[in-house]
Amino acid sequence: MKGNSSNSGNPQQGQHSASAGTLAASPRSRPRPRLAVFKFASCDGCQLSLLDCEDELLAAAEAVEIAYFPEASSRMEPGPYDLALVEGSITTPHDAQRIQEVRRCSRFVVTIGACATAGGIQSLKNWAHHEDYLKWVYARPEFISTLATSTPIADHIRVDYELRGCPINRHQLLEVILAFVRGQRPKLATHSVCLDCKLKGTVCVEVAQGIPCLGPITHTGCGAICPTYDRGCYGCFGPAAQPNCRSLTDHCLQTGTSASTLLPLLRNFNGYAPEFREASNRVEALSAAAASVKEPIDE
Amino acid sequence: MSSKPSSEFPFSPPAPDSPANHNPDGTSLFLPRDDLNTLIGKLTADGYQVVGPRLEQEAIIYGEISGADDLPIGWTDLQEAGKYRLQPRGDQAFFGYTVGPHSWKKFLFPPVAVVATAERDGTGWKLDTPDAEPPKYAFLGVRACELAAIKVQDRVFLGGPYTDPIYQKRRNAAFIIAVNCTQAASTCFCTSMNTGPRCTAGFDLALTEISDGFLLEIGSAAGNAVASGLSLQPASDEQSGRGESARQQAVSQISKHMDTTDIRDLLMGNLQHPRWDDVANRCLSCTNCTMVCPTCFCSSVKDVSDLTGDHIDRERRWDSCFNMDFSYMNGAPVRNSIHSRYRQWMTHKLASWHDQFGSSGCVGCGRCITWCPTGIDLTEEVAAIRSSPSSGRSERPPISDAEVSAT
Ligand code: SF4
Ligand code: SF4
Ligand code: SF4
Repeated sequence: MKGNSSNSGNPQQGQHSASAGTLAASPRSRPRPRLAVFKFASCDGCQLSLLDCEDELLAAAEAVEIAYFPEASSRMEPGPYDLALVEGSITTPHDAQRIQEVRRCSRFVVTIGACATAGGIQSLKNWAHHEDYLKWVYARPEFISTLATSTPIADHIRVDYELRGCPINRHQLLEVILAFVRGQRPKLATHSVCLDCKLKGTVCVEVAQGIPCLGPITHTGCGAICPTYDRGCYGCFGPAAQPNCRSLTDHCLQTGTSASTLLPLLRNFNGYAPEFREASNRVEALSAAAASVKEPIDE
Repeated sequence: MSSKPSSEFPFSPPAPDSPANHNPDGTSLFLPRDDLNTLIGKLTADGYQVVGPRLEQEAIIYGEISGADDLPIGWTDLQEAGKYRLQPRGDQAFFGYTVGPHSWKKFLFPPVAVVATAERDGTGWKLDTPDAEPPKYAFLGVRACELAAIKVQDRVFLGGPYTDPIYQKRRNAAFIIAVNCTQAASTCFCTSMNTGPRCTAGFDLALTEISDGFLLEIGSAAGNAVASGLSLQPASDEQSGRGESARQQAVSQISKHMDTTDIRDLLMGNLQHPRWDDVANRCLSCTNCTMVCPTCFCSSVKDVSDLTGDHIDRERRWDSCFNMDFSYMNGAPVRNSIHSRYRQWMTHKLASWHDQFGSSGCVGCGRCITWCPTGIDLTEEVAAIRSSPSSGRSERPPISDAEVSAT
């Protein structure tokens, strides 16, 4: 399972197992840890979250040396890097090569955002024929070199930590950077959005208004923004720890939410995350089965 | 139930001047409808922050009240497992609803609180516990099951050798105006838990709403002092009779029942019952039931530092046994399945709570039933286990006591 609590590698066991297994430089003798930010197929929103940390940015810049961050600075230092933040998914053969290079030159790799951790909204093409998409979008598709799928970074390389969200929560990002700088393993909560609703006193929109809501199976991080504004959760932060997607989708279908409402809700920014993917495939199969039972009667 | 009398605990609520349902001079008192606003005004003038029912977000929640007009006049709620809907009543009742998504615990046991701070000071640290004066709350509209829930949390936070100062300050300063229920929701089962619907103790003032006003009972010296500033009249027999039948209406509307006979042993003797698998298939482990429960008291504490690492807040937040992280120890969660987490919640609430606090952890308010997104009803889960107890016929290896009783 992918989740903030079950990161695929222990940061203490990075491949360049440096002394004491920590990025933290002692104040005088060693340079600050070198940070790099890489972009793959994505909208840049997550990188912008880092720039968005206005108040904290200067302090962050003191804690790390920002060695490679094309979005923010024209100064691009070569590797190796101590910490690589990777935004975006893998959608081209070239990127599939490039991510290997990132892994080679980085001690710790942290993927940020729904694209990098789950394939992003562009993974909708995983359910379609990508040649069709190419024809619709590009005048000369023969010049486009692309893969048939959009896949998360962890499908290609070992990832030390995955930070969820579309976009990520900047406070969580700072917490993750700081944890690596201090040689600690990041420890972010993995509970559902429902707990955030309750901490805020937000009344449940599913129970009080019958609005379908992915909150019970969605990872914390957004502060329950949507329910607070009378909308159901869209699952921007991906699956929570051990989500019971089957129970929630069955309940929605039984209480009048149609498969055509539920499917786009599940096949969203995190639609290709394994738990959501399995849930949407199941809803699709159920509704196809229901339709095929109905068809002979309709004829 | 083997509930211990509250006097065994260091904290006991203000002693009633007389049996709660009678007033000092032995007569019933009547507060005219228009004077409810006077009562709210008087409490505000006495320095209380009055909190009570308000219409917000398609529900009746508890929030700040500045006058009687803020109350959900003429509104009620329809509740069933997994469903809550507001509905107009067609009258002008102030308190014509049953308990909603909020409970008073959010005021006494705040969802997020800073319990300590640390400031880097040269080579050391300056430690502090923030103790700004908490608000002095007056709770308006506390129901019988909620009085019982406050009593349960009194035991948890104030009853042992370690008391919680955040809770204690708020609790000691609080003024409680109870309201007797005149209707019940389909999710209510206070009669099974012996907690209601009649308010009998634990309040400063108690009201029973009738069309032209309220029957008023005084439960404490503080209540008496506030009441003495109101233009109270002796209640007529006719008014008292209407109050009694309004209260009786709530009793007769209660349809949900939970058989609590030997419930502790029933649940503890059925830890391998197949019903736990059944409920685990439906449960989302979303935490909603524990968050809305007026007695659930779990929290976790985390140090939150700023980027420089020079300032640290030790923050306490509500947490839940339904969270996987909540039982994380030595590198792994102890309760690593929805099955074990649901069982932990229900066996603690209804069984091991008796061992720990000398009472049930459930007061029968029905919130966990209404606010469960998939409508899981603990009374049905208990009934299912009771109807086919499987003690001694365990197919799984027995689980450790630690897993059963850890809270
Ligand atoms: S609104 Fe959605 S996220 Fe919030 S408590 Fe209800 S189901 Fe959970
Ligand atoms: S367990 Fe459910 S019914 Fe019992 S007190 Fe808690 S919320 Fe109310
Ligand atoms: S019983 Fe209901 S409210 Fe409680 S965790 Fe399970 S699904 Fe959520």
